[in-house]
Amino acid sequence: MAQSVPTHTGETDERPHGLRGVVADFSSDQRAFKNVSWGKAMMWIFLLSDTFIFGCFLLAYMTARMSTPVPWPNPSEVFALTIGGQEIPLILIAIMTFILISSSGTMAMAVNFGYRRDRRTTAALMLLTAVLGASFVGMQAFEWSKLIAEGVRPWENPWGAAQFGSSFFMITGFHGTHVSFGVLFLLIIARKVWRGDFDTERRGFFTSRKGNYEIVEIMGLYWHFVDLVWVFIFAFFYLW
Amino acid sequence: MVDIRSDASQAIPPAEVEDAELYHPKSWWTKYVFSQDAKIIAIQYSMTATAIGMVALVLSWLMRLQLGFPGTFDFIDADHYYQFITMHGMIMVIYLLTALFLGGFGNYLIPLMVGARDMVFPYANMLSYWLYLLAVLVLAAGFFAPGGPTGAGWTLYPPQAILSGTPGGKDWGILLMLFSLILFIIGFTMGGLNYVVTVLQGRARGMTLMRMPLTIWGIFTATIMALLAFPALFVAAVMMLFDRLLGTSFFMPAIVEMGEQLQQGGGSPILFQHLFWFFGHPEVYIVALPAFGIVSDLISTHARKNIFGYRMMVWAIVIIGALSFIVWAHHMYVSGMNPKFGFFFATTTLIIAVPTAIKVYNWVLTLWRGDIHLSLPMLFALAFIVTFVNGGLTGLFLGNVVVDVPLSDTMFVVAHFHMVMGVAPILVIFGAIYHWYPKVTGRMLNEAMGQIHFWVTFLGAYLIFFPMHYLGLLGIPRRYHELGETAFIPESAHTLNAFISVMALTVGAAQILFLFNLVWSLKKGREAGGNPWRATTLEWQTPQTPPAHGNWGKELPVVYRWAYDYSVPGAAEDFIPQNQPGLGRPTREAAS
Repeated sequence: MAQSVPTHTGETDERPHGLRGVVADFSSDQRAFKNVSWGKAMMWIFLLSDTFIFGCFLLAYMTARMSTPVPWPNPSEVFALTIGGQEIPLILIAIMTFILISSSGTMAMAVNFGYRRDRRTTAALMLLTAVLGASFVGMQAFEWSKLIAEGVRPWENPWGAAQFGSSFFMITGFHGTHVSFGVLFLLIIARKVWRGDFDTERRGFFTSRKGNYEIVEIMGLYWHFVDLVWVFIFAFFYLW
Repeated sequence: MVDIRSDASQAIPPAEVEDAELYHPKSWWTKYVFSQDAKIIAIQYSMTATAIGMVALVLSWLMRLQLGFPGTFDFIDADHYYQFITMHGMIMVIYLLTALFLGGFGNYLIPLMVGARDMVFPYANMLSYWLYLLAVLVLAAGFFAPGGPTGAGWTLYPPQAILSGTPGGKDWGILLMLFSLILFIIGFTMGGLNYVVTVLQGRARGMTLMRMPLTIWGIFTATIMALLAFPALFVAAVMMLFDRLLGTSFFMPAIVEMGEQLQQGGGSPILFQHLFWFFGHPEVYIVALPAFGIVSDLISTHARKNIFGYRMMVWAIVIIGALSFIVWAHHMYVSGMNPKFGFFFATTTLIIAVPTAIKVYNWVLTLWRGDIHLSLPMLFALAFIVTFVNGGLTGLFLGNVVVDVPLSDTMFVVAHFHMVMGVAPILVIFGAIYHWYPKVTGRMLNEAMGQIHFWVTFLGAYLIFFPMHYLGLLGIPRRYHELGETAFIPESAHTLNAFISVMALTVGAAQILFLFNLVWSLKKGREAGGNPWRATTLEWQTPQTPPAHGNWGKELPVVYRWAYDYSVPGAAEDFIPQNQPGLGRPTREAAS
């Protein structure tokens, strides 16, 4: 099976495939993951570590939910919005999820245009991704303020177990922070792309290293990860 | 011998990555303070860790003074005693041992030993150190905060950690501790990603994973474990901060404090214990695995013999690392759990003894009929083996539920973990410092001072911790400020306690001699030259000593053989450096 994924290094791929390939790569010198740059490897390992953080948060939430003696509030009532006199369960969260998943699509397109060195389209798509991400955070802020107005606090809420508010604010807050940082970095990298840093091999302000278009893909890895985590939060917090 | 090939030459593949771009500092500040050079960062990490470690050492003296001579020192009241215990434990485990092994030795040795110019992301590496320093300062600030540092015990178990009965529980103490831990974890992640990616993706030509020195294998595996274990501590710290600051009830059951029903309730203190020990047990091996790796190299180099069973040693490290993630609840036998879980965790705990025993046998077999030089690193390595076996054996006691329950929270536990993860790793650290100091500074450490340091530390540690096993079997509890006139405690136990305290002060004094030696030898030490131990690994083959910025001069080294070609029959010398071309030269590296 020939691989036609464009990479910035443009290396040819003549290594054995399948399990033999894994063994060959790990017993080779210099690099265990051939064709993987330092930056990409670092992002993958960071995401693995971050998975454990979110995993611990979600497991802690499940433990709290199962061990509390007080009934848990019903999410489909708590997270319902009244639109036109009609109470629609989970409508806001459905829209938020749709937006975040769409932003993964625009991010993927940005990566593709990045490797084509189409800097304007890349920057525009990254900007669009950032706007979608920011609107996700905005809607989350709306959701928070609505719940706070209804009397949900980290330490209590009108409907049942106090751990509901604690877990909700902690987990969505931690995820929202991830999205916000993602938006920030999307803007920074979009600016670099727009300015043509990766065509002129301009050196980074802090690291004084030359960048290249692969950073768009690394940014994309983070963004898709944040998206994936949201799917789990959505499933375990809103649908359970 | 069949395992000696007459020709070590193999086709060395061409370079896959162009040479790394390095940041070249222009001013004194960017060269020595805000340095992006892993070697400087390593020294910064080590000095900071040693400084805060000295604080923890002094705290242990104060505790021993109180235990050995109760009532003599008025300023050590119960609150202070708990604060000393907490800070001593936390500093020693995280801010000294973890930081020194991974931040110190990891930073210095990884790029040099795998033949890289530097870590892959020097800027993030620099940030890692400054966040670590900040974490240490926040931690130390606890001593000056109102109410003092937290006295919750190093495990910080809730609910007591955040109640007013515990020192610092309702003051700044616990907050500073939690903030400091969070900063440490963020800083460590930046460094840890660097170490892992450098080992995986930044090696020299010819340096395969199975040619790496075991030191690197130990540090590499420990770093991966830390990246997966610290998240649990991070989450636990965040949740406890919320419990303390926002009044949430993650860990708080319904509780009456000072006759008053608290607002909080419905939380699970056991949840914290699970999160904490999911971090806490791997942490033991995060400290132990680098020690295993380093000691393997010390033994091989100073016995002039290849390490016995290199592949087995590597796999043992990896298997220990993996197993250590499924044993955490053996710290919680007395918290109450389903007996079936107790059975599971006891079994996994005892299974860890298998790869660990393989390592011990292999160290001994490496020594067997070796040309043993009783240099200081070798002395410390030998001391490590016996101490580790000792501490490991009592671990078998404590890993079994029925034996653990009566011994839990006695001095026996204190003796066990000090032997196995306190004294044993620190002996390796000393050995490693005596071994690599010549590379870092260009001068040897003073031998006479080193001998005194070794014998006082080694014998002293036994005189401290051996009697503690006995005290524990008598049933003397740990974490008690004062034993008082308890009927079951014989008078001799008090005498023994006084003896232990005197020994603790003596061993402490030896460490001050060691620190003096570090400073004294910087100027007065004997010139070492580039490779005083006649060692094979790459860090001894650098063009300059101490290695210059970029480590290797113009050309990166090329590796032709494994790290253990000592006393190879037919070779001109009793060691063959890893970067020596193999044309027609023998090697002991197993044919792959």
